[in-house]
Amino acid sequence: MREIGVKTITETVKKLCIEANLYLGEDVLKAFDRGEQAEESAVGKEIFQQLKENARIAREEQVAMCQDTGLAVVFVELGQEAHIVGGDFNQAIHEGVRQGYKDGYLRKSACHCFTRANTKDNTPAIIHLDLVPGDKMKITVAPKGGGSENMSTVNMMTPSDGIEGIKKRVVEWVKQAGSNPCPPVVVGVGIGGTFEQAALIAKKALLRPLGEKNADPQVAALEEELLALVNNLGIGPQGLGGRITALAVHVNMIPCHIASFPLAVNINCHAHRHKEAVI
Amino acid sequence: MGEAIRLQTPLQDAEVEKLRAGDKVLITGVILTGRDAAHKRLFDLLQAGKPLPVDIRGQIIYYVGPAPAKPGQPIGSAGPTTSGRMDVYSPKLMEMGLKGMIGKGMRKKDVVEAMKKYKAVYFAATGGAGALLAKAIKKAEVVAYEDLGPEAINRLEVEDFPVIVVNDTLGNDLYKQGMEKYAR
Repeated sequence: MREIGVKTITETVKKLCIEANLYLGEDVLKAFDRGEQAEESAVGKEIFQQLKENARIAREEQVAMCQDTGLAVVFVELGQEAHIVGGDFNQAIHEGVRQGYKDGYLRKSACHCFTRANTKDNTPAIIHLDLVPGDKMKITVAPKGGGSENMSTVNMMTPSDGIEGIKKRVVEWVKQAGSNPCPPVVVGVGIGGTFEQAALIAKKALLRPLGEKNADPQVAALEEELLALVNNLGIGPQGLGGRITALAVHVNMIPCHIASFPLAVNINCHAHRHKEAVI
Repeated sequence: MGEAIRLQTPLQDAEVEKLRAGDKVLITGVILTGRDAAHKRLFDLLQAGKPLPVDIRGQIIYYVGPAPAKPGQPIGSAGPTTSGRMDVYSPKLMEMGLKGMIGKGMRKKDVVEAMKKYKAVYFAATGGAGALLAKAIKKAEVVAYEDLGPEAINRLEVEDFPVIVVNDTLGNDLYKQGMEKYAR
């Protein structure tokens, strides 16, 4: 059985926390270029230029692209043939977050819910673990800012609402969020499963390379339609008015209970950050 | 959109009243930072009739919780946070003489009304452009509530800090105007 040491896990998480906050992905940079070209508003075009310049400064000067370096959301796909040795798996991840946020000069944004006292090291991390075939471990760190996360929702729709009801609710929700989640946004939509699963698959939809369509043509068509509807809201970059409110809409769908029709919308800002590694 | 207007802090009523939603502005001078926790403390002091640890008259508060500064730099990434969470506190601060707020996202109706009444404006800085915006911040020092960490009140010295007027003293709202123009 292949062994994976907790120290390697910690080092990997640390590295990914820093990289995710400093280096915006090529897919997002390309979406900025497309957005700048397509945007009709002069202010909107200027915002895209600022975002590109911001990404360049972050990359070259090794500073966080956004001061809200988020809660550290960590997705782990663990091969069932692998054996974790040398310590506690969860603690290894928390330690990686602790070190990454300290050494990377990243903001510590975790606090006690009632007293609001900062935990001072950005822990605890949010850990999602999936067991998969194989003997490797894939770690994805997706720092999630508060501004966009606050503009997210789970709705228990009813089967009679149908796809039209889903479209209506998603568009209403993005409209209500307006300028708050730092548009241009990426909209993650989770349809189906249970209450908590809908939210999780909505978040996982945000990990897909920007603009890559769902493999199911019916879902892909919904993504395309939702993107057009959302962009017709006119919110535009930073909410100052324009044609590009969202860079993409990603939908994940799984079966649900015969009585249910769960819908989750997880909005991400344009700092669409995540980095992964396989160990 | 025309050329940017240059503003020097502290702000005078006359120059604040000239600003219009949609104006591009470059701010130079001293501005204060404050977000959720600091606002609550300031508000509680005012409610108790006690003095504030900083003079906010004629000042601008920037809603930001900066990332830590790397060695040799004045500040880390420093973009705006969502302003709506400060809505419950802002009218009281404007009543006490606050002239400007910098953040991102919509303000509630009573905040917009307070801007008309007390002659104050709300500016948007580009959310998520914290590395870029930090370039306009030349100096930062904590002046109150150090225990709040990233939420402490800082005194920032800024040069040509780029913002855009969202709400002016006439009640105009760039977010509404912009959306109406581009909606289909």
